[in-house]
Amino acid sequence: MSLNRVYPSIQIAGDPTVSMSSVEKLGAGLSGLGLLFLLVAGFAGQASPILFLVLSLGLLSLGGVIFSVERYLKKRSAGVNNNGVMFAPSTRRSFLTWNLAILITGFYVLLYWFPGTLEGLIRMVDPISYTIRGKAADQWFLYGTFYTVAVLVMGFRAILKYRHNRYQIIRTASVMFFQLLLAFLIPAILIMFQKPEFYFSYFWPLKYDYFFPGTFDYLEQSGGWGIFMVRWAVVMAFVGVPVLTYFFGKRWYCSWVCGCGGLAETAGDQWRQLSDKSMKAWKVERWMIHSVLAFITLTTALVWVNTWQGGALLGDLSQGFSKTYGFLIGMAFSGVIGVGFYPVMGARVWCRFGCPQAAILGLLQKYFSRFRITTNSAQCISCGNCSTYCEMGIDVRAYAQRGENIIRASCVGCGVCANVCPRGVLSLENGPTEGRYNQPVLVPESAIMMPRRGDKKNEEWRERTFTS
Amino acid sequence: MKKNVVIIGNGIAGITAARFIRKFSDHSITVISEESDHFYSRTALMYIYMGHMTYENTKPYEDWFWKKNRIELVRGYVTSVETDGKKLHLAGGNVVNYDVLILATGSRSRKFGWPGQDLKGVQGLYSLQDLEFMEENTRGIERGVIVGGGLIGIEMAEMLNSRNIPVTFLVREDEYWTNILPHEEGAMISRHIRDHHIDLRLETELKEVLADANGSVRGVITSRGEEVACQFVGITTGVMPNVEFLKESTIEVKRGIVVNDYFETNRPDIYAIGDCAEFSTPRSGHPPIEQLWYTGRMHGETVARTICGERTTYDRGVWFNSAKFFDIEYQTYGFVSNVPREGEESLYWEHPDGRHAVRINYRTSDGVVVGSNFFGIRHSQSVWESWLRQGKKIDYVLEHLGAANFDPEFYKQFEGRVVAEYNKRHPGKELTLKQKRGVRWRKEEVET
Repeated sequence: MSLNRVYPSIQIAGDPTVSMSSVEKLGAGLSGLGLLFLLVAGFAGQASPILFLVLSLGLLSLGGVIFSVERYLKKRSAGVNNNGVMFAPSTRRSFLTWNLAILITGFYVLLYWFPGTLEGLIRMVDPISYTIRGKAADQWFLYGTFYTVAVLVMGFRAILKYRHNRYQIIRTASVMFFQLLLAFLIPAILIMFQKPEFYFSYFWPLKYDYFFPGTFDYLEQSGGWGIFMVRWAVVMAFVGVPVLTYFFGKRWYCSWVCGCGGLAETAGDQWRQLSDKSMKAWKVERWMIHSVLAFITLTTALVWVNTWQGGALLGDLSQGFSKTYGFLIGMAFSGVIGVGFYPVMGARVWCRFGCPQAAILGLLQKYFSRFRITTNSAQCISCGNCSTYCEMGIDVRAYAQRGENIIRASCVGCGVCANVCPRGVLSLENGPTEGRYNQPVLVPESAIMMPRRGDKKNEEWRERTFTS
Repeated sequence: MKKNVVIIGNGIAGITAARFIRKFSDHSITVISEESDHFYSRTALMYIYMGHMTYENTKPYEDWFWKKNRIELVRGYVTSVETDGKKLHLAGGNVVNYDVLILATGSRSRKFGWPGQDLKGVQGLYSLQDLEFMEENTRGIERGVIVGGGLIGIEMAEMLNSRNIPVTFLVREDEYWTNILPHEEGAMISRHIRDHHIDLRLETELKEVLADANGSVRGVITSRGEEVACQFVGITTGVMPNVEFLKESTIEVKRGIVVNDYFETNRPDIYAIGDCAEFSTPRSGHPPIEQLWYTGRMHGETVARTICGERTTYDRGVWFNSAKFFDIEYQTYGFVSNVPREGEESLYWEHPDGRHAVRINYRTSDGVVVGSNFFGIRHSQSVWESWLRQGKKIDYVLEHLGAANFDPEFYKQFEGRVVAEYNKRHPGKELTLKQKRGVRWRKEEVET
């Protein structure tokens, strides 16, 4: 029998696990209408911004909410909810997801390099922009609005989907909170009050210009607020990040605070199984992410040297570096590829292969942290759910079946491996660093794999239990 | 001396043996399987059907692993073993020589000779081929009947349920799996099964499978004389060793391949491990045939040590197991009898939501704990093993119960309620929970 024959027909037939109820169809239909109006708004958004907002983003969100409530709260019981993930055209690599990938990628290209084409949509969000920022919208505000709506609506879906798991509920609420408040409302309100636009939830090197001399100068010009922002940026980047990572692991940022992580955990949750789990991908990952970190560190250093020397020695070199970084990494990688490839490579492409903040957090997590995923390895049945649903492509099972703590630089601590495990094998924890590494701390391999010859206690136990 | 080791069967037992033989030696290793090109996790079959994973996802090792570790994989069916000439005969005529042979051929589904049991649409679930049959047999059907209230039965019910196929579930006992579970736990799981809209029929067995004009299933008749129309019948009344091909050989076979505590058969240089092995003198309280994932793993490692020169007896250690019943996870440590045993007390606590329960059994005479059941609550195997080995008493276990908790962070911990239940039942006792979950507490319990 050829194993490739397992389920060929399903791939054509679609998802046998789904029978859509009329409410689900209503939700899907409303979202579809919302998308249609979004398209129309692209041409005519300026004609009646509020009407188009309601008809596009409003219907899209309403449809999403109705669909999620019906599917996850009403139809499915509280528990692991992965029926049909590998069958549904929307969650496996398919015609649909490739289409979607191109659509999102294309949107980023327009946003970055041809914003004029999005004029109708930008005007559509003017009413929101005037309300919270006191000025007209631009393409970045449009982007921020879309982004925040996506995190909120899909976050709502994630909370319903994971409603049996308090870690997931709290964590999802956290990313929704930080996106809405620190990455959307506060920067907007700062603008309204004539203060510098500032994102308190991003630090160098993810927000690389927050440690550029030019940014410091610009912020400090605006007085007290600006000085506070400079201090915040420096203290968080070099003290806050290591201290918090020591206590909680990388996750305090990557799956609780960060906007990139926030979008991945909400809108991207449905594609987490598409990440590449191979050893080869892990190798590529280590090379890439650390190269990006080296690149931005060098760029930042050059910018500073250049400033100290008044541009005398390096001339345009540092500017060339920072422009190249901004184009290649800041825009093309983190945006176009990072989000655009969600539907075909999983939602953490940027976080895994590119993000220099993740690189730093990862090194800290590996060498200076109390965080680990502990294994209750004796109960492991090597089923593979943990590895399959790891969005970072970590082969969790390889550790679980060996009884080894999982301490990987890339682990963002989303907790989904522990959630999908059917046997209670995995647990995310912070604890003493002693014995965290190298040896299975709690389930020594010998305890589960090796026979105990002449173990007296074992004999006593057997007698106690079975002879009466 | 370099030996030529041949393993029949690429399940967890055979593959673990192969991996450890490679770890300990430079022997040449060949693994023969009829079922699949590569090792995959049999326990994950249900997840393939439900669409949680693909077949690829169920492989614990990437395909390059085998070549890199010099483990040769052969796809083929062994028809007979020629023990004198140390040769295997494969279907198609190929012959494989061996110096050392490990039989790890697993199980096959057991049927009880019901009329109609071989009709199209009647099957068990053990292998990848069974999964493929199930895929074909359940497409577009209106109802499936599952026979046998055990672990595979409930999995099959969940599988059909995931595809919105109505299920009738025939269980011989008075509640689900009460040949193993105490009545309260069985009743709780029965309710949970019904919550998932399964037509659960207790104290009901299969009597006959009915055929339509094409030789396919059209229904069953139960022991209560009721007829249930269905197009699929899942038989999950246990498995038996897959040893047919040895009937003509000189290797001793009873139900399984007879082995001693070193997994040695009656023939030199031939070992049997995993589901297909039967201990000639099982220790008291141990079943003669062990059909668990983790015992397969232990068999594999033990036999590898023996083959590589360190003759090692098998010792399973403190019993434990786990399963999942729809949304409720189950773990058990030590020995919990399904019916009350003389000289034992039982502390049982169940949450009103019907999704969490704890049972701890202990000896009346001295309070030594003999076993525990957990439902909807994860506990640490290493802590429980440590407690049971040391013969910890009920008061100690209850006071430290929080330390064994292995649930995710932020989960409500119910150990305090278990302690309160104990205090309530034993006026005068005022035990308190000393710790909650945490790496440090767990470590202390394991190391004491």
